[in-house]
Amino acid sequence: MAYRADNYDVVVVGLGHAGVEAALASARLGCRTLAVSTNLENIAFMACNPSIGGPGKAHLVREIDALGGEMGLAIDATFLQMRLLNTGKGPAVQALRAQADKRAYQAYMRRALEGQPGLQLRQAAIEAVLMDGGRVAGVRSRTGVEYGAKAVVLATGTFLEGRVITGEYAYSSGPSGQLPAQGLSDDLRESGVRLGRFKTGTPPRVDGRTVDRSRLTEQKGDERPRRFSFLSHPVPRPQLSCWLTYTTEETHRLIRENLHRAPLYTGVIEGAGPRYCPSVEDKVVRFADKARHQVFLEPEGWNTTEMYVLGLSTSLPEEVQWQVLRSVRGLEEVELLRPGYAIEYDYLLPHQLDLSLQVRGVTGLFSAGQLNGSSGYEEAAAQGLAAGVNAARQVQGLGPWMLRRDEGYIGVLLDDLVTKGVTEPYRVLTSRAEYRLLLRQSNADLRLTQKGRELGLVSDERYRRYQERKAEIDGLRRYFAGSLAGPDTPLAERVVQAGGSPLRRAETVEALLRRPEVGVPDVAAALADVAAADRECLEEAVLEVKYEGYLQREQQQVARFRRMEERHLPQDVDYDAVMGLSTEGRLRLKAAQPASVGQAQRLEGVSPADIAVLLVYLEQRRRVRSPGQGMEAPADGQ
Amino acid sequence: MCKAGFGRSGKALDRRWEQLLGDTIAALATAVGEAGVSVVRLSGPEAVTCAARVFRCSRLESLAEGRPRRVYYGWLLDGPGGRRLDDGLAWFSRAPHSFTGEDVVEISCHGGVVASRLALEAVLRGGARLADPGEFTRRAFLNGRLDLAQAEATIDLVQARTGAAFDAARRRLEGELSRRVSSVADRLLGVMAEIEARGDFPDLELEELEPPQVSRELRACMEALRELLAGAEEGRLLREGLRVVLAGRPNVGKSSLLNALLGEERAIVSAVPGTTRDVIEEGLVVEGVPVVLADTAGLRESADPLELAGTGRTAAALRQADVVVFVIDAGAGWLPEDEAAAAALPKTPVIVAVNKSDLRRWAPETAMIERIAGGTDVLEVSARTGQGLGALRQAIARAAGVRRREEPMLGTVRQKHAVERAVASLETAAAAVEGGVSLDLAAVDLREAWGALGEVTGENAPEALLDEVFSRFCIGK
Repeated sequence: MAYRADNYDVVVVGLGHAGVEAALASARLGCRTLAVSTNLENIAFMACNPSIGGPGKAHLVREIDALGGEMGLAIDATFLQMRLLNTGKGPAVQALRAQADKRAYQAYMRRALEGQPGLQLRQAAIEAVLMDGGRVAGVRSRTGVEYGAKAVVLATGTFLEGRVITGEYAYSSGPSGQLPAQGLSDDLRESGVRLGRFKTGTPPRVDGRTVDRSRLTEQKGDERPRRFSFLSHPVPRPQLSCWLTYTTEETHRLIRENLHRAPLYTGVIEGAGPRYCPSVEDKVVRFADKARHQVFLEPEGWNTTEMYVLGLSTSLPEEVQWQVLRSVRGLEEVELLRPGYAIEYDYLLPHQLDLSLQVRGVTGLFSAGQLNGSSGYEEAAAQGLAAGVNAARQVQGLGPWMLRRDEGYIGVLLDDLVTKGVTEPYRVLTSRAEYRLLLRQSNADLRLTQKGRELGLVSDERYRRYQERKAEIDGLRRYFAGSLAGPDTPLAERVVQAGGSPLRRAETVEALLRRPEVGVPDVAAALADVAAADRECLEEAVLEVKYEGYLQREQQQVARFRRMEERHLPQDVDYDAVMGLSTEGRLRLKAAQPASVGQAQRLEGVSPADIAVLLVYLEQRRRVRSPGQGMEAPADGQ
Repeated sequence: MCKAGFGRSGKALDRRWEQLLGDTIAALATAVGEAGVSVVRLSGPEAVTCAARVFRCSRLESLAEGRPRRVYYGWLLDGPGGRRLDDGLAWFSRAPHSFTGEDVVEISCHGGVVASRLALEAVLRGGARLADPGEFTRRAFLNGRLDLAQAEATIDLVQARTGAAFDAARRRLEGELSRRVSSVADRLLGVMAEIEARGDFPDLELEELEPPQVSRELRACMEALRELLAGAEEGRLLREGLRVVLAGRPNVGKSSLLNALLGEERAIVSAVPGTTRDVIEEGLVVEGVPVVLADTAGLRESADPLELAGTGRTAAALRQADVVVFVIDAGAGWLPEDEAAAAALPKTPVIVAVNKSDLRRWAPETAMIERIAGGTDVLEVSARTGQGLGALRQAIARAAGVRRREEPMLGTVRQKHAVERAVASLETAAAAVEGGVSLDLAAVDLREAWGALGEVTGENAPEALLDEVFSRFCIGK
């Protein structure tokens, strides 16, 4: 017999990286929130690599942070290595990456959830979403407990009908030996939600004590590690190294000889896998001429010798995994702790969602994270935040909240998923962002803190820090523009030392900074007024000067882009009644119900002629609704 | 700047999508191919600025300093800071007091296909974008300058003309230009993939890209595009003119007709069949359309090897013809040789000229005409008296109009403009790389270049770049 346990504003199903942010955002916005997991030991579990960040991903973490999310703070509190990547490259692709202490990260997140007023945790396996007409009414657990809810956020990750495959063995399971979520898929299908099936994989884990580090290349963290969160203070802290090694000819021979036992090639795995993280068997087959592949050994925590073997993702039989591992340089004596595996899972075809991550046609049902066909902790967390915010806003009768593609990687991520759909697990990349020079990880706070404040997610402390940083950067810009450096000043000397042409007369610091050979270290060392400035503020101010031309060009592109994004498409447009649309365009528009003309034009199959027709239609409609406007000539013909 | 930028996402036509409103567009306002005056029209916020870059007023420092609705005399340049192309008149009106509701400029200059095309190209170089079909009308409607009843007509216009443009685009896709642009675009995509892979996947052990290596590659792409621009097939019609080929059995008076049209003796005229063994070409202007008139050796089976060679060239000339004038001798009537010559005609528009009509009144029967592929116009002419030559000129011009509707011409200007923009973006990128700018910044211009080339090839789905990255590099955990 089902019994009604309690009623909530928002119920979040799943407490991985998406669920955690969704639950926190919902509760922080004042909603009475229940967060449910099949196992409360596994909150914010990193089922794959023990790391957070990298190009695109670091950008997401910083945006989540600027909007008052938790991920940045959690990794800053628990990292065991921090590196700034792409330091030799331009500002668009520089990105932080941290190795995490997995267990510590989970403990941090659990404390954050438990410390959040208005948020209740519960261990339960949800197998049905309760409906009332076209509206969500709550959820029901496998043990017959019903929780009433005005909005539900599904964040079930790779657990939906999860199936783990290693060699010839396949069984129902969530990642890393956890329980799969069964029953919910069928329930969703009954509500008309369409699901697809994806595959992903993870490499084996090994015992670090059995790794011969003398044969490996050490990769240390940065000497002055930075932080993800704009609230954290960079304090020196001991770090752990990662270790680089390579596969050998023997590795490749072993893999080739055992391909007939690889589920990827025997047809056991049907789901589509991601191209950016292929299994090692895939790499050996597709890049047959490559003599060796990189393998990184990454520590999983301070309190364990377990190491993650990046580069050897595989679902080969366990005995073959042993041999493959031991064929890698430095791993000749290695002990396997956990075999690698492939996992198949159901995902929700994301073009069924609107940009607020609500399932179209089911008021109050939101979906976030890997369930939406994405991959990666950061992508999941970003969606979790957005879904949590939108669930709360809907309960509170507020309009949907979203970011545009020109405002953040979160906007790019949501729009890509919802508008373009997915054919493989989606990963964010800097090359996916049209305006990536504007969307730097270094200015995420400048871009988004104000928005987070207006949402109600940004604390006074965070807001004050943002204003201080903004003021410092603006002050430095003014200083650069207004201060002259003469030919005899220390800065001029540094210019010459760096190989620049000598100054003939005094120039503004700004003008000197535009020279390619002049950079942050020069102004920091040569100008007393700048030496005391916060290093990251100084970097940001210098960057704004140096790349001003490029930044302005992207801003112009954004201005054009926005004109179409800001042309709202009413949800009650009857596309069948719009004369002149192409057949394919009409079908796509009807299915997607885009929110703006801009979104409409990104739909596959919608042609420029369709957009032109739509614009004319919108104008017609506007005039019919408010006659007499927009016409100079007498409107007697109407 | 009203020069078109290009967003980094984007299917083939994204740039046009982004700019359905609000940028500055240009098009010819007068029909192509007629003599007299042609008018180039611009509309959009930068219309006056764009026009001022390529139109130098005789009395003003810049057109932008002029007063609305006043007409200014001056010179059209072939590009900003370029050389004089033509003299003409310009006037502008300011938003909202124009038919589109935006700033509008009109430049009148000399007519004719070549002159009007050069004028249009000039304002595009000034920074305007070539208007889409029906775009002026659409803007007028969206800006409240047309009434509701006209909206549906606008939609019909957009639909119909975009359809035609699409057909033309598809035909061009199969063309040589598109193939060659594709090969440059692929090469460029390779450079971009190398850059993107290094940015997005920093753990890949790829050797650093050396700036000289990148700039060399970019300059090679530019070089290839410049060659294309110089020798593009699209320019042939307009540069060299419409190819009109005189065909028919020997001794029907093709050479005489050629000379009559030219007004002077050029080809060898003889009463002995087969005297004209080579294809003789002459250039003339017919009703404002530049025409290359070619006389052919008689299309007659012959055992004479010399003559056969000429017949081969004749066949080749016919294949290249835009319009054929098929000549019949009124005095001799319809002979089996005429029949054979008619059978060899290509599927191009054919004008039937019944020559020597001063000697005998004779008209071919309908059944005969039907055997002449594509023949519709039947004219009585006389090379000797000049009778009917005016009508023949007009028929050629009409046929030219059939061959050269607006869309294909706009299409070629659009393609050329796109390739020019690609070259400009590549130049910016190469200079930046050589000046020490980091590659991910230069990528902004590479995307623009690639997007512009995609307008020609139709291939620039955003996924293509990622596909290239994943196929080149072994990426994975």
